[in-house]
Amino acid sequence: MVRIIGFFVGLGFVGVLLLSLVINGIDSIQNPPPATAEEEFHLAPKDVTLPSDGAFGRFDRAQLQRGFQVYKEVCAACHSLKYVSFYQLEDLGYNEAEVKAIANQWAIEVPSVNPETGENTTRKALISDRFPSPYANETAARAANNNALPPDLSLIAEARGNGAHYVYSLLTGYTNQQAYKNAKGQELLREFPDVKTPAGLHFNPYFANLNIAMPPPITAAGQVTYADGTKSTVDQMAKDVSSFLVWTSEPTLENRLRAGWVTMLFLTVATVLAYMAYRNIWANAKREVSMRGPLEPAFRERMDEQKAERGIAG
Amino acid sequence: MSFAWAKPYEPKNPFMKWVDERLPVPRLVYGAIGGGYPVPRNLNYFWNFGVLAGLALMIQIITGIVLAMHYYSYAGGAFDSVERIMRDVSAGWVLRYVHQNGASFFFAIVYIHIFRGLFYGSYKAPREMVWMLGVVIYLLMMATAFMGYVLPWGQMSYWGAQVITGFFSAIPLVGEPLRIFLLGGYAPDQAALTRFFSLHYLLPFVIAAVTILKIWALHIPGSSNPTGVDVKDEKDTLPFHPFYTAKDGFGIGVALIIFSIFIFFLPYSLGHPDNYIEANPLVTPAHIVPEWYFWPFYAILRSFTVDFIIPAKLWGVLAMFSAVLLLFFLTWLDRSPIRSTSYRPVYKIFFWILVADVMVLGYCGQAHITPLNVALGQVASAYYFLHFLIILPLVSKFEKPLPLPNSITESVLHGEDKESAPFGLATTGGATTAPAAAE
Repeated sequence: MVRIIGFFVGLGFVGVLLLSLVINGIDSIQNPPPATAEEEFHLAPKDVTLPSDGAFGRFDRAQLQRGFQVYKEVCAACHSLKYVSFYQLEDLGYNEAEVKAIANQWAIEVPSVNPETGENTTRKALISDRFPSPYANETAARAANNNALPPDLSLIAEARGNGAHYVYSLLTGYTNQQAYKNAKGQELLREFPDVKTPAGLHFNPYFANLNIAMPPPITAAGQVTYADGTKSTVDQMAKDVSSFLVWTSEPTLENRLRAGWVTMLFLTVATVLAYMAYRNIWANAKREVSMRGPLEPAFRERMDEQKAERGIAG
Repeated sequence: MSFAWAKPYEPKNPFMKWVDERLPVPRLVYGAIGGGYPVPRNLNYFWNFGVLAGLALMIQIITGIVLAMHYYSYAGGAFDSVERIMRDVSAGWVLRYVHQNGASFFFAIVYIHIFRGLFYGSYKAPREMVWMLGVVIYLLMMATAFMGYVLPWGQMSYWGAQVITGFFSAIPLVGEPLRIFLLGGYAPDQAALTRFFSLHYLLPFVIAAVTILKIWALHIPGSSNPTGVDVKDEKDTLPFHPFYTAKDGFGIGVALIIFSIFIFFLPYSLGHPDNYIEANPLVTPAHIVPEWYFWPFYAILRSFTVDFIIPAKLWGVLAMFSAVLLLFFLTWLDRSPIRSTSYRPVYKIFFWILVADVMVLGYCGQAHITPLNVALGQVASAYYFLHFLIILPLVSKFEKPLPLPNSITESVLHGEDKESAPFGLATTGGATTAPAAAE
């Protein structure tokens, strides 16, 4: 009974699936889905090497400090960093006094309540504060940015596929749409005249729909004057801030990798011991007798052949 | 417990004797996973995965309980609380990575365990109940994993909840009211998040309870084995402890190494980046995909694109649920008395096609919707149902199995104890190739 019902249920599902296959197939041959500008012209993130990459990744403290400087002088005007606190900057190699100074001199103040009157006010940031948002709320942020919302950057390196590489590519990927060609040499505006970047948006082939609301943030070499004297090319600044954003999205990255290697070492030793215990316990259990030597079938066949050749019976 | 020669518990320590006389828990443990449980001596490494699944469940429960101490199921703060666990809670990141990747670890183990059962006929008499309890656990796991994925309240959490609860709206007449009742609103929100958290905490303990029933049911006939031949006498078995505890110790070590590679070096590789964006009901992600362990079923759901008598969505939902529920009926669908596929030359081919088919379905479940991917998903879904509902019953009727070994001992020792030739080579005496009567 189960088999009969099952047979017809199976026949039903298979039938409808094949019907779907045929109808879809005919439809997609008759009306092939049009190629979109995103499919043809969107680029995967550039291949850039950061010190935090890979199983032996480490942060380069000097680079993180430079990246923080880029964030402070460029990104912080629009982008919040709401999951990071000032005191965490000590991880970047700043001492306590420096961190206190950074918090105290931060351009945006922290929302507060006047203890005298109870009215809303702002105060200077303390090291225990998280980085204050540049806008009071989402509406204010959109109002200031042509109705686009600058995303919080704390998690940006995790919230985008291939995170840090994406950030780097996006920052260095602004280009002139008129002259832009893809790898096949097609010109975007010749293939898709409708997708001309509208006013207020900026063409960037690394952005999912090719047009991003953010104006090019890093435009010229020397835009940030690095405290450590490193030459601030556009590429250098993009790389530094990408590294910094890897740190903000996972400040515990180095701990994770270090703990990983210790765990690997421990588990490897434990597993080798467990394997030896296992073989030792099973040594006399006659679990397996390998068919090698005179009883091996291939060997016996050959023996029989040789015997036949020499005319030995049996 | 299961066999006449199973050693009874004889406490040597006077304290254990005292306890055992008053509360025979030591006896229970000894009979379940100690020297008192005789296990076939020829088990291969695929038999490690039952214990590994139990380990994965324990890891999830323990890390989950601690995470719940720091998580709050408030729609306005759930995402923040997860980030607080990652950044501010001592070793919170390790707990969270273990729990997050632990779900994948659990499913990977269970999928290998299920395919082990399919290959070696673990669903056949007398272990039908063991298999069916396993399917119940699998269903509970799917529900638990889905609700757990909603808790961080990221974009994929939210839209995943939206899509999955949308299945209920495919049911005619009562569908939409039922969906609203289950969600506690028109869309996932506070009510849904709180109840998902509550159920996500409850269901693992239900899984643990069903696991106990499953182990109980398993101990009646005892473990199956790679030949599928029944245990005949004491020579066919070894006590679980120390033989299989030692082997499981090694298996656990290897499994934990693989698990740790994901936790410490690839913690994001199995997740979706969109889930690091806080849930936003106004922004639909470009590409909604479930976690990898649901991809094959998601592919089946998406493969029905034609309104044939009933709407395509209802076909998809019915097919998706049927794809899991048909596992309950395997015992009756497969009429072959031979358990191990090693002795079923025709079915073996279809088995490996099924494995490849499920992989293809997995690919289709996460792939972008293009005409080619959709067609591939439709063919693969069709094979899935064809395999279980049509091929399996027919093959088992017409197939001529290979000769089975006479006993487990013979297959392992090749009759060496009788100073005979390896299995299948002796022409006279004890070890013959005559097919054993298949029970």
